[in-house]
Amino acid sequence: MSGDVCIVGIGIHRFGRTDGLSGVDQGVYAVREALADAGVEWPQVQFAYGSSDAAGNPDSMVDRLGLTGVQFINVRNGCAAGGSALFSAQMAIKSGEFDLGLAVGFDKHPRGAFNALPSEYNLPDWYGEVGQMVTTQFFAAKIMRYMSLFGISQKTLGMVSEKAFRNAVHAPHAWRRQPVSLEEILEAPLVSDPYTKYMFCSPAEGGVALILASEKKARELGKPLIRLKAATMRTRPPASFEVFAPSVDVVADDTRPRGTASRIASADAYRLAGIGPGDIDVAQLQDTEAGAELMHMAENGFCADGEQEQWLAEGRTEINGALPVNTDGGCLACGEPIGASGLRQVYENVVQLRGDGGGRQVPNSPKTAYSHVYGAPGVSAVTILER
Amino acid sequence: MKAIAEGLFTDETPARLIGGKDRETGRIVFPCPTASTYEPVPLASEGTLWSYTVQRFRPKSPPYAGPEAFAPWVVAYVELPGQVIVEARLNDVAFEDVKVGMPVRFAPSPLNPDLSDSPYIPAYVPAGGAA
Repeated sequence: MSGDVCIVGIGIHRFGRTDGLSGVDQGVYAVREALADAGVEWPQVQFAYGSSDAAGNPDSMVDRLGLTGVQFINVRNGCAAGGSALFSAQMAIKSGEFDLGLAVGFDKHPRGAFNALPSEYNLPDWYGEVGQMVTTQFFAAKIMRYMSLFGISQKTLGMVSEKAFRNAVHAPHAWRRQPVSLEEILEAPLVSDPYTKYMFCSPAEGGVALILASEKKARELGKPLIRLKAATMRTRPPASFEVFAPSVDVVADDTRPRGTASRIASADAYRLAGIGPGDIDVAQLQDTEAGAELMHMAENGFCADGEQEQWLAEGRTEINGALPVNTDGGCLACGEPIGASGLRQVYENVVQLRGDGGGRQVPNSPKTAYSHVYGAPGVSAVTILER
Repeated sequence: MKAIAEGLFTDETPARLIGGKDRETGRIVFPCPTASTYEPVPLASEGTLWSYTVQRFRPKSPPYAGPEAFAPWVVAYVELPGQVIVEARLNDVAFEDVKVGMPVRFAPSPLNPDLSDSPYIPAYVPAGGAA
């Protein structure tokens, strides 16, 4: 295939809680919206990759969309599920086998924290019995270590959440769209120190669909060319610190941050796109907790470890800042339906590159956009878009 | 003292945690895997706090098997120098006094302090003058 893989259609079902609609329903809604946006009909779609963690098999949606015999492959890959679906879809087009396809993700999780069992993670039962099978413990301990090494304050964590809810006011697909003051965020009950309840995202519901096309097909459709310059998915390196870890390796120099799947996926994405972090105009970074956004700014190359305190103080990650981050409020304001979350980031980036962001539009016509997810048990997926 | 699982603590007094040493690479992990490629080794009794948080809500049951009545506890990652970093509770310390880098000592504690036959779980307490 010559040219780039392009995103020619986007659709989303509002994130949050939608009683009466299944996860598949929300996925179908998003697909129909994306088809209409691309100006194509379902029978033209040659293949699909679908991701869902807890809401059933994505391919079951063919009885709603039409029994065209389309190739439809289900993807389960933890928090990188959506990114993995997108990666696979772009490879199908890059191979030259297809020129129009779908990546769709949706989910619907029960209320409250994710409730994992030790046996699902190859851990002994006692690990859960003592009360350590709790994801929030890990994320809190991870930022606590990072804060002690690099001088990040709890106030800066609060500023990340404040920005998320403020941006989400202008994002119709977001869940929590009321601004929350920094004072209220900091004084809210602690869930797991140093995080208060406003600094963690919640499991949620939602659906996102993207229609991908070869560059030739995208030109035929007459769509603005949003090019997928890189889509990478990577797993963890040795000695990384991950969720549900009864032990962590000791390392010779522990004053620097450890290697992560995110660093690997990010470096490879820049290499594939032929650009660097300084060339990115807008970024959606995994922010399942406020500190994650800060650590991921560094892991994805946007700043040095410890510079986040100053970046936030100067407003550099605001909509009108040097590098707007999580322009739709991210996971903090949208919640995290695992199968859909990574695709939401790409959806938001397409909105921004098209200039359709309304009250949350990044000024000066952004030309490059970056997305990043990270999750258990040490997986990460990154995309870079250009127009 | 009965450990919450077989193979977690040594039989000696005071007990130590048992880790697993990869017979090929020498890498130490905790707990000791059942695979024959790992050799059980006692872990150091003293270490330093690598990171921590406070568990502020009662975890869901199952899998949590602690008492219905809930009191927050410190979740600690303890670095045992040259061996491994292990996850356990940190007891006998006020939350505001917990600091990364503080010295700690292994001291298993009952999962349910109100039961005389409660199983014991991996835990540490401040060591030396740090308390």
